[in-house]
Amino acid sequence: MTDIFVAGDNIISSLGFTAEENFSNLKNNITGIKIKDDGLLYPTAFPVSQVDSTRLEIEFEKIGNTNNYTRLEKMFILSITDALKQNKVDITSPRTVFIFSTTKGNIDLLEPTKKNLFEEDRLKLWGMSKEIAKYFNNSNEPIVVSNACISGVLAIVIAQRLINDGVYDNAIVAGGDIVSEFVVAGFQSFKSLSAEPCKPFDINRDGLSLGEGCATIILTNNQNLFNSTNRIKVMGGASSNDANHISGPSRTGDGLYFAIKNAMDDSGLTANDIHYISAHGTATSFNDEMESKAISWAKLNNVPVNSLKGYFGHTLGGAGAIESVIGIHSLRQNLLINTKGYSELGVPEKINVINETRHAELKNFLKIASGFGGCNAAVIFSKNE
Amino acid sequence: MNNNIYISKYCKINRFGVSVNNETIYQPTNEFTFAEYMKDAFKQQGFNYLKYFKMDNISKLGFLTTEILLKSTNLKEKYTNEEIGVIISNSNSTLDTDNDFNQTIIDRENYFPSPSVFVYTLPNIMIGEICIKNKIQGESTFFISEKFNADLTCSMVSNLLKSEKTKACIAGWVDLSVGVKEFDSFLMLIEKGKSENLIEFNKENLNKLHQIK
Repeated sequence: MTDIFVAGDNIISSLGFTAEENFSNLKNNITGIKIKDDGLLYPTAFPVSQVDSTRLEIEFEKIGNTNNYTRLEKMFILSITDALKQNKVDITSPRTVFIFSTTKGNIDLLEPTKKNLFEEDRLKLWGMSKEIAKYFNNSNEPIVVSNACISGVLAIVIAQRLINDGVYDNAIVAGGDIVSEFVVAGFQSFKSLSAEPCKPFDINRDGLSLGEGCATIILTNNQNLFNSTNRIKVMGGASSNDANHISGPSRTGDGLYFAIKNAMDDSGLTANDIHYISAHGTATSFNDEMESKAISWAKLNNVPVNSLKGYFGHTLGGAGAIESVIGIHSLRQNLLINTKGYSELGVPEKINVINETRHAELKNFLKIASGFGGCNAAVIFSKNE
Repeated sequence: MNNNIYISKYCKINRFGVSVNNETIYQPTNEFTFAEYMKDAFKQQGFNYLKYFKMDNISKLGFLTTEILLKSTNLKEKYTNEEIGVIISNSNSTLDTDNDFNQTIIDRENYFPSPSVFVYTLPNIMIGEICIKNKIQGESTFFISEKFNADLTCSMVSNLLKSEKTKACIAGWVDLSVGVKEFDSFLMLIEKGKSENLIEFNKENLNKLHQIK
């Protein structure tokens, strides 16, 4: 197995434009979810976590022409630009590949006011990705993972595999999605949005909160390309399918359990080695219930677990990437972030939900995700001091 | 690199018809609609699965290709649920269904978004449908690329099959454009083992098989 390191990272979200800014807001218990009642995205008010549009324009003006890129493309480009500043990875090298994770990409271009602003191919996920790769002068065909809410975690697993197999030396993993009329209408039609900011794993949870944002994780097999006292490695990962229902998770947690077990096997680790779990924790009744069963099945009941959805909302294709970056910073700072919105355990299996931000010695962390289509994914990061 | 990995069977569905291992097994009537084609080919195969008729266009296309691919393969007797993987890609994601869903929200006076349409606006739902029908629980990923990317398909499938955990893989391309102007489905069953009758799993063979009409 090749050692694969995190050489840089970034988060663009309602809580900031760098990983540090986001992490600092989490430390201070500040959420990015606000009630939106301007009727722009949905006829009635709903809670949502959105990137500050004015700041996005101001920041983007410094590095590019704002008229040439969509809202999501600007987030991606800013995010990747910041992550690249942290290392000497050659972005233009044929040994460097972009791996994007998104569910709906530039779906806002279907909105009547945006319809003719960009060429048709930008609605295609590959069209958007090519445009971003072009900005960075990378000539490899970008890889695009579109696998519902596990896309971000899966993109990291795929990057690890491609580097491990020697196909590439460096991967720029970037996951993101925006909150659009399309997505809000869809989740509202499912009646899966809570009227209040979400409450993951809580007894009173009643649905998710949507969010938008984007995160970048740069992976490399060359540890001379970056400076860090706390080296973070991607150890291994796996995916699985429930084979149960297209729009609801397994009732037993078997699929997610398989993904967790295979990720631990792939990493050469056992349940005792895991110090922290960053759960999917959407705060829908079924998801959190299922996750508690899978965590219990994997004998991880005592491991501290959080959901970050109460801070960022559910950022769809961005979620796995954003939450992994926070986990990476938790490892570096030995700090477990609380589960915003949580107060009393409301899932069938007893799991160790983090209710207060606290210091803890951390070495290995497990990131899990589940999504529509019955898909599950797990990835493990480890700190080398 | 792909030692002992073989394409044991492949199935294609396009406007010319349905073929298995390059032999046509179904041809649509001259003036077919996509809906008629999907219904007729499904019935001709003797399949019976009510959920099929509720699927969106692209899921129907991927599902039908898989069912024909897996017919008489004894796949589930040879492998456990977790030993089978699914790697599918396309160019248009679910844009055909995205447009349908968008029509229901464009006018606030006539606003009727439906969860049964929305769920199909994710390309991996097709994989979910395939997994549910066949109780497949192994690794799966949906990729988007401009054209069929034999390199990526080869890398990802080879990676899965070199591990002990995955022993067979359904992989290929299922694409359908907005308004079903064009559609193209090509799925392979890839297994470990050795037989002179099988096609070696490599990039050249993948491109060759994909290009056959």
